[in-house]
Amino acid sequence: MKTIARIALNAFRESVRDKVLYNLVAFAVLMIGASLLIGQLTAGQEVKIIKDLGLASVSVFGTFIAIFIGIGLVSKEVERRSVYALVAKPISRAQLVLGKYAGLALTLAVNVAVMTLAIYAVLAWWQAQTPPDVRAGWEAPALDPALLTAIGLIYLELLVIVAIAIVFSCFSSALLSAAFTFGLVIAGHFSQDLRNFNQVVDSPAAQAVARALYYLLPNLSFFDVKARVVHGEAVGAGEIGLAAAYACVYVSALLTLAVWVFSRRDFK
Amino acid sequence: MPANRLRPPVTVLAPLFVVLYAASGGLSALRDTVAPRDVVRESVLYLPSPAVVSRLALSYDALAADLYWIRAIQHFGDTRLATSGPRRYELLYPLLNLTTALDPKFNIAYRFGAIFLSEAPPGGPGRPDLAIELLKRGLEARPDRWQYMQDIGMVEYMNRHDYRAAADWFERASDLPGAPWWLRSLAANTRAAGGDRAGARALWTALRDGAADNEWLRNDATRRLQQLDALDAVDALQRIVDGWVARGAQKPYTWEALVRAGLLRGRPADASGTTFFLGPYTGTVDVGDESSLRPLPADLATPRSR
Repeated sequence: MKTIARIALNAFRESVRDKVLYNLVAFAVLMIGASLLIGQLTAGQEVKIIKDLGLASVSVFGTFIAIFIGIGLVSKEVERRSVYALVAKPISRAQLVLGKYAGLALTLAVNVAVMTLAIYAVLAWWQAQTPPDVRAGWEAPALDPALLTAIGLIYLELLVIVAIAIVFSCFSSALLSAAFTFGLVIAGHFSQDLRNFNQVVDSPAAQAVARALYYLLPNLSFFDVKARVVHGEAVGAGEIGLAAAYACVYVSALLTLAVWVFSRRDFK
Repeated sequence: MPANRLRPPVTVLAPLFVVLYAASGGLSALRDTVAPRDVVRESVLYLPSPAVVSRLALSYDALAADLYWIRAIQHFGDTRLATSGPRRYELLYPLLNLTTALDPKFNIAYRFGAIFLSEAPPGGPGRPDLAIELLKRGLEARPDRWQYMQDIGMVEYMNRHDYRAAADWFERASDLPGAPWWLRSLAANTRAAGGDRAGARALWTALRDGAADNEWLRNDATRRLQQLDALDAVDALQRIVDGWVARGAQKPYTWEALVRAGLLRGRPADASGTTFFLGPYTGTVDVGDESSLRPLPADLATPRSR
């Protein structure tokens, strides 16, 4: 466990050295710019739009970090040949994969936490600017704690995406891994269409394939409650628990696959 | 030779970058003056299908809805303020349709969208049918929203002049939990005496007072009330002018002459500060052409020729 923690910390430091946290500057500029401009661009429901933009930005920035850092975690070590030094050390390949995964999960946690603070800061500013009678008409308060539910589920989605990236990173080049991971992330958002595929095709074989894909591909709709939270709708604890359990099981499965692939890889 | 002597100094590179970057902007500006774009591009709805847009938006439907909403506002505003060519609002309904399909609970898209759609030309497309369709879709998504029923009643009253339908919608709205008490009396008043300025004033006052949480709706209702005030003022001024003309006033008729005659204290102006029009040879009073209160509700104005 200690070894995994050390590798994780190292992976975190590496991503900081790679200036991954610079994205926070871009995020801050986006949020501040949006908060200043939104009042000019729309007529009412500015807070809803800021929340939509903030949550979507957390998701998009996080997805890009998860994919572009995730695909390099293992494949970069192989391409730079630093993997030889690593595998010669008294650490198992499983520890290496899990440590790298935990390191990027930590990087994402820091990113998401800072972005969350930025969203709340902008919303607090809007709340302070808005007269109480206007605030009374909002569907949900500006500083709604329920936003944390949406952000927490986005984080779980990012953990799934990192796991996908690591699996590809273990056997493919960085470029192909990025393409595959992007493909799976996009397919993961179409899971509901796959489920309803039987309504648009008659072929039982095609229906069976679609059904199988529905269960095999990452079902990212588990983690999407952004619009509901923004409209002030409650997200049940059962639903959150189910999403967390799904993320846990799916990530574990992918990491098992990654460890298996990486363990069998020959570096000669 | 030391390595850093081979590197160009920042003091040279930074100003060089700024100068070159500014020069590129200057060249763009120069190009615009040499070859100005005289063809206004047609507005295009790149993706007309809500189902396609929803799929392409992945899990960012709500953000896509926000972008389409902003585009709808800009399309409405740009078209309304256009100074040349016909004012066609052809993309307004498709944009609102996309917005509400992507985020079926987008409250202002229904309420403002209905106001935009029902506005008579040239201030809007004059499509109360589409406004009602949009609001009914809003009711499917949020059956608890009495405000949408009230808005349908407003469109029926103001644009379709179907006072019975308007009263029915106000009554239905008043039955919903949380609806204000005055909706019921509004329904009764509309049923009894729809179609006059007093009825319209009661409706807009109700909307203004019920929209404390929304500045845009409140401002719009206030403007409508100012239009009604202006129409009342035109009628009152017309009576004064008619009496003055009957007593043998000399042409050309002017406000200054009326002030000198002691009939007015000063040049009369509407709420926007624009002086009312007085026909110098006809004696017809009207709201000034430059007034921001225009276009006025034609059905509530007393018909007169200038």
